[in-house]
Amino acid sequence: MRNLIIFLWKHQFFVIFIILEVLAFSMLINTYSYQRTLSFNAANDVTGDILDANNNISSYFFLKAENNKLLEENARLRDKLKSSYLNPDTAKVRRDSVYIYIPATVIRNTVNRYNNFMVLNVGKNKGIKKEMGVISDQGIAGIVVGVSDNYSIAMSLLNENAKISARIKKNNQLVNVIWNSDNYDLGKVVDIPAHFNLNEGDTIVTSGNSFIFPAGLVVGTIMAYHKSENEGLSTASLKYGTPFGQLHYVYILKNLMKKEQLQLIKEAAQ
Amino acid sequence: MKQPVVKNIFRFFLLILLQVLVLDNVPFHGYIIPYVYVLFILLLPFQTNRSLLLFLAFVTGLVIDAFGNTLGLHAAALVFMAFLRPGVLRFYFPRLEADPNDEPGIAKLGFSGFLRYAFTLILFHQLTLTFLELFSFRHFFNTLYEIGLNAVITTLVVIVLELLFAKRKKRPSRR
Repeated sequence: MRNLIIFLWKHQFFVIFIILEVLAFSMLINTYSYQRTLSFNAANDVTGDILDANNNISSYFFLKAENNKLLEENARLRDKLKSSYLNPDTAKVRRDSVYIYIPATVIRNTVNRYNNFMVLNVGKNKGIKKEMGVISDQGIAGIVVGVSDNYSIAMSLLNENAKISARIKKNNQLVNVIWNSDNYDLGKVVDIPAHFNLNEGDTIVTSGNSFIFPAGLVVGTIMAYHKSENEGLSTASLKYGTPFGQLHYVYILKNLMKKEQLQLIKEAAQ
Repeated sequence: MKQPVVKNIFRFFLLILLQVLVLDNVPFHGYIIPYVYVLFILLLPFQTNRSLLLFLAFVTGLVIDAFGNTLGLHAAALVFMAFLRPGVLRFYFPRLEADPNDEPGIAKLGFSGFLRYAFTLILFHQLTLTFLELFSFRHFFNTLYEIGLNAVITTLVVIVLELLFAKRKKRPSRR
């Protein structure tokens, strides 16, 4: 025993190196699994406050561009007002809202890692929970994976774990969207049946199957279609609607009926 | 004895803030991010206890990780770099005599000496970092190119910063 201690003491440099590396690796391996990503609360308030302070300053540089975007979005929304329609359809049943939108500011966003995350300045105090969707004014952007009191972390679509259930808008075919992992503008549409033909510019929208995003939100548009040679499933490259490079303001989607929907599925499965 | 401690603490915070607030947010071109926080470990005095060196590397890495949500990634890479530091210093400068508080900076190693020292360690850091991040050798050659490019750019930025640090140091002695 004594010899062992002397031996370890003599080689403390190497021993400490091994211990620290093992420690780091065990943290790292945990970070990589998706389940762990969902349960990790690295959204902590200290780093959040620092990033927030920084964002308070840097956000002034984008005010003009953001202002224009908001104007455009307002215009789009005004188009949907009742008064914008000639003949309001009175026969239509008014539905209760299922999703509510909570505005949030992106205080940190990476695009050049293999697994990208964004930190948002709203948290538990505003009712944010894990597995809520994050959208920008131009399309879906990510999914919340961690929350603290005042901040939350969302997995961006630019993440190897991000797999979005989507539809081809023109024919409602279900497909999946993943990240192609080498360009922050481009994703990849997979699982397209080979007999479908896609054209450049076709829109891909969310399927609404996941309770995270409502159906019909823009994911992106097709850039190029790669038809499968052997009648398998084809793929296509997709340009994301959300400009991840300059993302400052987003909305977090709260699904008011999620509990009920999940409950129903659970009961049906039994 | 006090002074270098204060200086290094100051440098630690400066580099961390520079890294997480500025450099991490500048999309240079695809995957390129200069990881300047390694300069903190590069510039610790020669006499730093080797075990302390590892601990400091671990803590620095964890702080960077906390900001990037990559718990353990930078810590693992930086501890590996700190582990290699004494060996690399001995390999390049076997007959170097240094005062206890001397730093392995440009002032002590000379420009080309510091360049070799910094680039070697940065390359190892970048190698571990990138392969750990990928956790696979899928796009081997692509990745290799990325590592090389990233290491070169990190070295460039580190040298610019070191020149700034070194300059600041000399001024009082001239007065």
